[in-house]
Amino acid sequence: MGRDEIFENVREVLEEALGADEDEITPEASLTSDLEAESIDFLDIVFRLEKKFSTDDQPFKINQGELFPENLMENPDWVQDGKFTDSGMAMLEERMPHVDFSGFADDRDVNKVAELITVQSIVEFVDRKLAA
Amino acid sequence: MRWMWIDQIVHFEPEKRLVAIKCVSLAEEHLHDHFAADDRFPQAQPTMPASLMIEGMAQTAGILVGSVNRFKEKVVLAKIVKAEISCDVSPGQTIRYDATLERIDQAGASTVGTVECCDHSQDDNVTWKKIGTIELMFSHLDQNAAGLEFPEENFVFSDNFKTILHTAGLADLAE
Repeated sequence: MGRDEIFENVREVLEEALGADEDEITPEASLTSDLEAESIDFLDIVFRLEKKFSTDDQPFKINQGELFPENLMENPDWVQDGKFTDSGMAMLEERMPHVDFSGFADDRDVNKVAELITVQSIVEFVDRKLAA
Repeated sequence: MRWMWIDQIVHFEPEKRLVAIKCVSLAEEHLHDHFAADDRFPQAQPTMPASLMIEGMAQTAGILVGSVNRFKEKVVLAKIVKAEISCDVSPGQTIRYDATLERIDQAGASTVGTVECCDHSQDDNVTWKKIGTIELMFSHLDQNAAGLEFPEENFVFSDNFKTILHTAGLADLAE
């Protein structure tokens, strides 16, 4: 499946899950700050992506925490004083290669990490997973 | 005590489907205000609020979701994905909530369901007319993404729910 087709499918998923308009769903739109997604919407998006991209031959199963980070505050090696440590940043980049962390190195605020997840991040995630 | 908006479970397929009914009665006080006839609106009729039909479906689907893990998880309604109710339901009529489990994992579940109505005054035979569709999402509260902790006791599935399960012959599910 090509990137354009993946994007169209992701756009449909986000329209249904977030009630967002088609023109709002641009590649660079942030799910939380631009499309107003809340935590339960992430689960809705995961379920819909699984349904959208599964085939009879190849189920598209997303494990908990695979697409979006969870329970980050619990590990002091990763987060201290509300900021990601070097170890935490390395963990994020390893676990979420579909997210662009290039502008996050100075901020590192744990409350802002969800804002980094864009429509493009979802497309990248699906593309990598389908190719695996 | 939870305010129950279903009267009886009438069908249960483990991990797949649960059907419950609600008999709408004029003895329910809220119907006298929704809507009350007065000088301005003399034709107003008591009508089952659609919001309470959503709650009825949430209880039906919530029991289905909870039953998967034998009511160990605290299952809470997290999102009304879609709710369409196409006509009013009046006292004397019966509502049927037919919920199907679409997806469940550690974090939560999604369900789809139809709302049907039986108008006993129209036919001696029981016939059901589809009047709506409700899609819901539930969260397993102890698996919340923020890692927040809640009391150990399962306050979601209280004694009221156990009574409903007991009358349906499903009491062993909650033990």
